Amino acid sequence: MHEFDWSSIPNALPFLWDGMKISLEITLSAVVFGIVWGTLLALMRLSSVTPLSWFAAAYVNLFRAIPLVMVLLWFFLIVPHLLESLFGFPRGSDMRLSSAIAGFALFEAAYYSEIIRAGIQSVPKGQMGAASALGMTYGQAMRLVVLPQAFRNMVPLLLTQGIILFQDTSLVYVSALADFFGAAYKVGDRDGRLVELLLFAGAVYFVICFTASRIVRHYQNKLKTA
Amino acid sequence: MGYNWNWGIFLQPTATGDGTYLGWMFYGFKVTIALSLSAWFIALVLGAVVGILRTVPNKWLSGFATAYVEVFRNIPLLVQLFLWYFVMPELLPENLGNAFKQSNPIVQQFLSSMVCLALFTSARVAEQVRSGINSLPPGQKNAGLAMGFTLSQTYRYVLLPMAVRLIVPPLTSEFLNIFKNSAVCSTIGLLELAAQGRQLVDYTAQPYESFIAVTLAYLLINVVVMFGMRWVEEQVRVPGYIGGK
Repeated sequence: MHEFDWSSIPNALPFLWDGMKISLEITLSAVVFGIVWGTLLALMRLSSVTPLSWFAAAYVNLFRAIPLVMVLLWFFLIVPHLLESLFGFPRGSDMRLSSAIAGFALFEAAYYSEIIRAGIQSVPKGQMGAASALGMTYGQAMRLVVLPQAFRNMVPLLLTQGIILFQDTSLVYVSALADFFGAAYKVGDRDGRLVELLLFAGAVYFVICFTASRIVRHYQNKLKTA
Repeated sequence: MGYNWNWGIFLQPTATGDGTYLGWMFYGFKVTIALSLSAWFIALVLGAVVGILRTVPNKWLSGFATAYVEVFRNIPLLVQLFLWYFVMPELLPENLGNAFKQSNPIVQQFLSSMVCLALFTSARVAEQVRSGINSLPPGQKNAGLAMGFTLSQTYRYVLLPMAVRLIVPPLTSEFLNIFKNSAVCSTIGLLELAAQGRQLVDYTAQPYESFIAVTLAYLLINVVVMFGMRWVEEQVRVPGYIGGK
């Protein structure tokens, strides 16, 4: 049976916290960019301009069909070289963090757009009709009438997707970027205490995600009764 | 941009002399399929059991099932995989752990990946099973009990036959997910499709062809599974219910 020795964790806490900051940075930027791009995709998908709606459908279906790991590998191994040769970026510049954020944002946008599309479609048709009757343009009606109502209903789903995204950020491990999990793995590997550090990392993720999903559920119930 | 496209690379013999690069990809493809299908089978069985337990009127059983689902849903898949691969052998009784560590590395990687994917997915399957059972009108269960069925008979003859047919559409997306999630297993060195893609990049120096081919292989799996499941959905659709959830 394994003899536990947790002594390497207290000293490593600042390093682990640096890692956690990277995880949170990726999560937050990807959520923000993902929702913005996802909203645009949802609007394109629902628009009556056929090329736009085809493009959005193809984009969403493509990204939902390939594994996140593959998307990240594209962004870590291929895209930086592509940018280097296209725009003459200095060779070997460290773009891992921005690559990670771009990869996550583009990938998650596909999932966000599906949530947002369902949210827009859940707003009764009469709302759009009433807005047009008041003389609003399509853009005004979307922005001032439909989207605010749609987003209010979608908030719990968007937050849940954010929690999933936070868990998925651990996959930047494939680029050796030291996010929280990468940091925990490095410390465990260095000190020969992989068992303790991995258990610790699992516990931290569990506490964060469990608490966050409880809060989301609480908010969801409040929304239902309101 | 000065890149030399060379799709013929896949037919060239590998640097290590074991067939062609296409052969490598096909090997990875087979590992991905074998891993996902075996894990899916376990996930269905476990998920059904846990999902049923979540709905039974027994505080301990449903509490256990809830804890099970929460644990597997709130820890990232990658962390779970590392826990199964690096930590589990250390926590097992010594002779069992040593037997695992002395076995063929490929067997170790495959077993850890399979158990990890299976349990991770089973928690999600359990959620679908639970919502399937809960979506049935409460009168069904009461009627079963009033007819003199025991609780297990009510589940066996009344609730489950309906629930199983209702949850097929939501299970389709979990089935698609397990193939995508299996790519995570490349991180512990299992040579499945994504890992072969990386290896192709290293050996052939033709990154675009390699990654495009692997991405297309995942798209192919996705399309085949989607059409297969659409056929299953049509077979089990309950007349009178609107298709889908």
